[in-house]
Amino acid sequence: MRRFDYARAEDVADAVRYGTRRDALYLGGGTNLVDLMRETVAQPAALVDVTRLASTIEGTETGGLRIGAAARNSLVAEHPAVRQRYPALARAILAGASAQIRNMATVGGNLLQRTRCAYFYDVEGSRCNRRSPGQGCDAIEGLNRGHAVLGTSSSCIATHPSDMCVALAALDAVVHLAHEDGERSLPLTALHRVPGDRPDIETVLRPGELVTGVELPRLPLAARSTYRKVRDRASYAFALVSVAAAVEVEAGIVQDVRLALGGVGTTPWRARHAEETLRGQAVGEPAFRRAAQAELAAAVPRAHNGFKVELAVRTVIGVLNELTREEA
Amino acid sequence: MVVNGRPVRLPEDPRVSLLDLLREHLGLTGTKKGCAQGACGACTVLVDGARILSCLALAVQYSGRSVLTIEGLAEDGQMGPVQRAFVDHDGFQCGYCTPGQICSAIGMATEIERGAPSHVTADLTGTVEASAAEIRERMSGNLCRCGAHNGIIAAIQAACGAGP
Amino acid sequence: MSLEQAPLPLGPSSWAIDAGPDPLAARQGLIGAPLARRDGPAKVTGEARYASEVRLDGMLYGALAFSTIPRGRIVAMDTSSAERAAGVALVMTHHNAPRLHSTVELGTAERAAAADELPVMQDDRIRWNGQPIAIVLAESQEQADHAASLIDATYQPEPAITRFDQARADARPPALYQGDPLRQTIGDPWTALAESPHTVDAVYTTPRHHHNAIEPHAVTLAWDGDELTVHDCPQAVTHLAWSLAQVFGIRQDQVHISAPYVGGGFGGKMLWQHQILAAAAARLSGRPVRVVLSREGVYRVVGGRTSTEQRVAIGAEDDGTFTSLVHTGVVATSRHNNVPEPFIKPARCLYATRNATFEVKRADLDMLANTFMRAPGEAVGTFALESAVDELADRMGVDPIELRLCNEPAVDPSSGKPFSARHLIEAYRAGAERFGWEARSPRPRARRDGEWLIGLGCATATYPYNRFPGGAARITINRNGDATVEVAAHEMGMGTGTVQSQVAAERLGLPVEKIIFVLGDSSLPGVVLAGGSQQTAAIGGAITAAHRELVGELLKLINCDSPLAGLHPDEVGTIPGGLGRLDDPSRSESYTAILAAAGVDTISAEATAPEGMEQLEWSMHSYGAQFCEVRVSVITGEIRVSRFLGSFDCGRIINARTAASQLRGGIVMGLGLALMEETQVDGRSGRIMNPSLADYHVPAHADVPDIEVMWTDIPDPHTPLGAHGVGEIGITGTAAAVANAVYNAIGVRVRDPPITPDKLLRHSPGR
Repeated sequence: MRRFDYARAEDVADAVRYGTRRDALYLGGGTNLVDLMRETVAQPAALVDVTRLASTIEGTETGGLRIGAAARNSLVAEHPAVRQRYPALARAILAGASAQIRNMATVGGNLLQRTRCAYFYDVEGSRCNRRSPGQGCDAIEGLNRGHAVLGTSSSCIATHPSDMCVALAALDAVVHLAHEDGERSLPLTALHRVPGDRPDIETVLRPGELVTGVELPRLPLAARSTYRKVRDRASYAFALVSVAAAVEVEAGIVQDVRLALGGVGTTPWRARHAEETLRGQAVGEPAFRRAAQAELAAAVPRAHNGFKVELAVRTVIGVLNELTREEA
Repeated sequence: MVVNGRPVRLPEDPRVSLLDLLREHLGLTGTKKGCAQGACGACTVLVDGARILSCLALAVQYSGRSVLTIEGLAEDGQMGPVQRAFVDHDGFQCGYCTPGQICSAIGMATEIERGAPSHVTADLTGTVEASAAEIRERMSGNLCRCGAHNGIIAAIQAACGAGP
Repeated sequence: MSLEQAPLPLGPSSWAIDAGPDPLAARQGLIGAPLARRDGPAKVTGEARYASEVRLDGMLYGALAFSTIPRGRIVAMDTSSAERAAGVALVMTHHNAPRLHSTVELGTAERAAAADELPVMQDDRIRWNGQPIAIVLAESQEQADHAASLIDATYQPEPAITRFDQARADARPPALYQGDPLRQTIGDPWTALAESPHTVDAVYTTPRHHHNAIEPHAVTLAWDGDELTVHDCPQAVTHLAWSLAQVFGIRQDQVHISAPYVGGGFGGKMLWQHQILAAAAARLSGRPVRVVLSREGVYRVVGGRTSTEQRVAIGAEDDGTFTSLVHTGVVATSRHNNVPEPFIKPARCLYATRNATFEVKRADLDMLANTFMRAPGEAVGTFALESAVDELADRMGVDPIELRLCNEPAVDPSSGKPFSARHLIEAYRAGAERFGWEARSPRPRARRDGEWLIGLGCATATYPYNRFPGGAARITINRNGDATVEVAAHEMGMGTGTVQSQVAAERLGLPVEKIIFVLGDSSLPGVVLAGGSQQTAAIGGAITAAHRELVGELLKLINCDSPLAGLHPDEVGTIPGGLGRLDDPSRSESYTAILAAAGVDTISAEATAPEGMEQLEWSMHSYGAQFCEVRVSVITGEIRVSRFLGSFDCGRIINARTAASQLRGGIVMGLGLALMEETQVDGRSGRIMNPSLADYHVPAHADVPDIEVMWTDIPDPHTPLGAHGVGEIGITGTAAAVANAVYNAIGVRVRDPPITPDKLLRHSPGR
């Protein structure tokens, strides 16, 4: 790890002032960034500690919920409003990492965590376009069982690792940002970039731009949402495939649906094709399968990750079956 | 920062992790380094009562916080109840993951007490029970390679007064 | 030891064919008692001090840099940035490393401990991807790590064999492995197979595995002139002292290894390059050095279990009798050492058959030396063999337990030797009853709970009894009645000090609280490898020998008016606190009285155990029956082991508590082998791509169900204490029991563990 300067921000203005310094990075719980620095994937000259900024979780005037970026993942999952009104989010967080890590990791940090692609991490021994643009990608022809099948490009097939973001993507979350030039908000689904030919540019954030919070809109159907994660180990493992879903059914017909996938995309993958296919359809496995297949039609499998297409279809069907069991 | 009730000075080098501060600067080697990657849980300590991984924690981030390590768990020079239960239930073999398991178990107990759900909690809005399945899931961040899992769960259930 | 028992005669003076059983084997009392670990309080309070926790004055911290190509030469190395970095005291490469003698490969000399005999940073050659190319010493670990990351090497790569399929074409018979050619043919297996009415013939593959002890390899060491003091975590303190002495051209007694606690070993904690590099760098820098391998470093520097490709073919008559047994295959090896994973060992002892062929071939790769890992041979060999037996039973429509038991051999089928003790049938019967085996449907997909299919499977476990030469012990009795027992043995989780304190207490007739057991130091007697599940018998034999010697010394010490005067050691036995006449227990003397009367404060005796002749006379193995229940999701193919039971036949159990933990521990590692463990190598580069505990999955708590273990507790009449070691047998048979249960659950046979969801998905309808 390269030596760096450390500063603790007391408020947002303080943070963005430090944060616009060259080679400065914001530091949340450190559960990803400290590891990346130790591996020399990240080599910031300065860290701006933003863990003492807003961490409150409170209702909004429009009936939603606003979560401060410094809120620890565990406290979000534990919050009564999240458990009651957005259970998919609680379940997604609880399916990620370990209790210790969830106690450290912040919401802002979780949004910006980076891929666990082994070639991305292997600074000394492997080529990676995400780490070093133009270098080449050793994953495309290499060991890619864990890699993405959606949103990939010929330069990068790295999977976005977050569970929490998958639920946020499904639940129409909005991300609040701050910069020296002012504040703005974005849908969570607009935050992350698919790699294209610049996999090194992972988000639409401007240099020095800070995530200050996440807002969940009022979304009644989310009260019956869930998150299912399939992994190689029963706990403490990244997803092979995960599904966040919420469905509203009336008289056996899907009125509205939110669906997002994890483990299969280069970004937290909102499954809009599947949603469109499903709206207005009769509840049941045939419709669920058509919807899932519509989303996965664009999949580009590689040598070892082809199973994710079928696994994602099955998991979507399983989750939708579970959510609509009483209506069927 | 306060460690086991004693004030300590933060390191001058900001790269020093909380784990290395404990082990290399303070001589508190009971907290173990298993991976330094946040992947094994051997470095688990309690910060203001919450269990965290000291290997991924930069010490400078924890100024003003209160850290409790395995060395701080003894009561009047006697093993604490969780420590004693680990001995009674053979909740370890080589002993290297053990301090992390114990600190993690103590942090977990408070999480269950305040009703925090876990991945295996069926009803997110209901009450939380300290069942074996719940404890297993909640302790999964602490790897043990000797395979003492059964003894660890039994020890935690015994110490936390939970049923099977 | 209870008062009403007769004096305990001394243990045998030899373990050859005419030696009687060890009287201790039949003793009740401390033997078998579930004593809590004596080092438990030190381990749960953090007081136990491991190798990386010893602080030496003026100590520097080391960090390694590793090669990124599998084969070739280093043509340039830029170390200038590293040398200029803050806090750096030394950068050592092949340019400035001191000249060293060759290491000696494990198994080629009595005290050899190295994985290979490659030069250690002595030339510009690269022989595997990940080979250390430099070591940096600095004032802090942070500084050393940073400086090591600044080292820039330029290579001239050479063609390398890094894929198994490349190497396989040139597979060849290995050199002798522990005196064994790893090939044998009995009768005419191919004709018998062709003529059998029932056959199975399948290929099974297993990947590379890593030990992944939670304590990473660590060494803290210092030179004082030509004397080297090493705080390490090895499984062989004496071997390590000798081996380091060879490398540095000094005497064994000039190297002092201290290792009171080892944070897990499993075969991986022997001599690897990092200890040699640390000692060489300490010599160059003139200061003490600590090197703790990063987790990635453990994967780059320390080899693991290699991959195998095994063919198992079985022919059977209508009544289930095996007519032919074929177990052959190829294992990946490195060019530079000889550990051909001997997967044929279980097949050679488990089933009666008149026709058989067994063969292991090696395929050499440009990779880090592979090595021993928990139950080398048996762990993966039982996976293939016991899966095949299950497949045959399924085809024949017979119960897999009955199929196994109708092929129980009367003598060892490959050596023709009698078994010293074999009670596998009892283990199966007891285990099956306890587990509820009769509830199993022979038809797959017959039991279901919601989306979860439930299946049961079983498999046989087996691991040899070993007792290597060199076991020695020193026993010292003090005037106050304490006894100190010293052995150069190891505590890496087995409970060695606790178990052997029980043995010594019972042997000496003292309460266990009076026994001080000292281990983990190369200055102690004996050459005792903590491997091959041999420590229990090796130390037990050593204590037996030292005790015999001690009794002789005590009898020499007594004066002529003692009730024991003039007696030979075989005429006395142990009574509480002393010795008594076997023919008249009322005539006795306490140790303290003997010492007091002679006016001496202590009496001490040291002896080496007699050679392991028992292994020449008998086929000696532990056995077990492993039972597994799994739940498999029809939607996702996820597998959860919901119940497990191991029923073992492994001689007399010395400590029911620690033995149970050892057996369970092996089973847990077997669950890992079955379901998740795999060292992933990129075949293009020979580079390990999952060198972390995040990407190499070992079982987490959520993966481990309640595991019940039970045992026959029938002493082996031909071993010290009637005992067998129990450290390795637990992993054997486990993966097959899981795979067989998965087949029973979902009807999919997976022959290439780890059995992950994707492998089930390929063949499963999904509802």
